[in-house]
This record gives sequence, C-alpha cells and structure tokens, in this order.
Amino acid sequence: MGRSIKKGPYIDFRLDNKVQVMNNAGKKSVIKTWSRRSTISPDFIGHTFAVHNGNKFIPVYVTENMVGHKLGEFAPTRNFRGHVAKKDKGKR
Amino acid sequence: MARIAGVDIPDKKRGEIALTYIYGIGRRSAQHILSKAGVSWDKKVTEWSDDESGLIRNIIAGEYRVEGVLKSEVQLNIKRLMDIGSYRGLRHRKGLPVRGQRTKNNTRTRKGKRKTVANKKKATK
Repeated sequence: MGRSIKKGPYIDFRLDNKVQVMNNAGKKSVIKTWSRRSTISPDFIGHTFAVHNGNKFIPVYVTENMVGHKLGEFAPTRNFRGHVAKKDKGKR
Repeated sequence: MARIAGVDIPDKKRGEIALTYIYGIGRRSAQHILSKAGVSWDKKVTEWSDDESGLIRNIIAGEYRVEGVLKSEVQLNIKRLMDIGSYRGLRHRKGLPVRGQRTKNNTRTRKGKRKTVANKKKATK
C-alpha cells in the first residue's frame, strides 16, 4: 500500500535541511547519507548523494527522472557475482 | 467480422467480452464503453448496427490508450526505470522479478525455461 497523500512524501528532516542550505547558498557538494528511505524531491536535482548501502557509500547523481523514487533504490545492497563452479565435488 | 482499434477482430461474442480482446481494455472499461454508447452488454458483436460500432470506435479512440500506443508507453516506463539505474530497472535488465518476490525457486515466468547448470559429477572410483 502506498503512503497516504495527506502526509506528503517522506524526506529525512536533516537531509532536506542540508539540501535547502546548499540550494540557498548556491553550493554543491557530495552529501553523505544513510537515509535510504528518503524520497527524492525536486529540490535534489543536480546534487550528488553518497548513499550508504550497508558497506560503503554509492555516489548517486540525481536527475529529473529520479524524482519520486527513494534514494536507496539507487544504491544496491546486494552484490551477486554468480555462482561458483563446484570443482572438487564428487572427488574423494 | 468487426474491426475495432486497428487490428482486433473479436466476433460472435457478447460485446462486453469481445471488447476485452483489445489490448488495454478489460471487463470494466468494456462495460464503461458500452454503457456510454448505449449498447446492451449482452448484445453480440454481429448484432451491432453500424452506428453503434461507429460510436464504440469513437469512444475507444477518444478516451482510451490501446494496443500499440499503450504497449509503447509501458515499454517507455520500463526503459525509464532502467535508464535511471534504479533497483527496479536493474531487475528488469536481469529478467528477474521486480517486486520483491522470492527467487530461490519458481518465478519461471520471469526467468523462462529452466537452464540446467553443470551436471553433478558422479564419484569416479
């Protein structure tokens, strides 16, 4: 079920503040964040976020198309490299 | 043979059902179209008069996105997801389920036919 419209999109308060401050100052720098659950608002366009994926920070450059998605969607938490071929099975 | 919305030729069935043969029209919208055109749902397609089918055609052309247009729209949406590199886009790229279903087994619709990987070697000796 989607989030109630009444509440508006969820954006981490401190993250939003940081972006506002940077927008007002006209500055741009990478914002480190753990807040994967924050919705990307139109104010975020053009900024780069370093989104934590549980291990390290993934740089995410926000474009117009990404508005409405969550930051976490762009920093995958799992890294599947394929199955390892089992070589020595059956030898004894 | 009735031709509506380009290619589809549903016939001999009740209008409500026949319209659902068009991509993008289900039971609900079929009923909406017919009631708007003032045609009984139970009327077979062959029984439609020219006026009635013309009306139905106009309603579909005017209010609904069907067939090619709709299909390309869906494809565009998927492409958008893939281009922005979101998780859902990645899943589409890999041909795996997009909405968090389990992938330990099943999900054959997305993954396609089973591909057996490397035979189990029998113990030599």
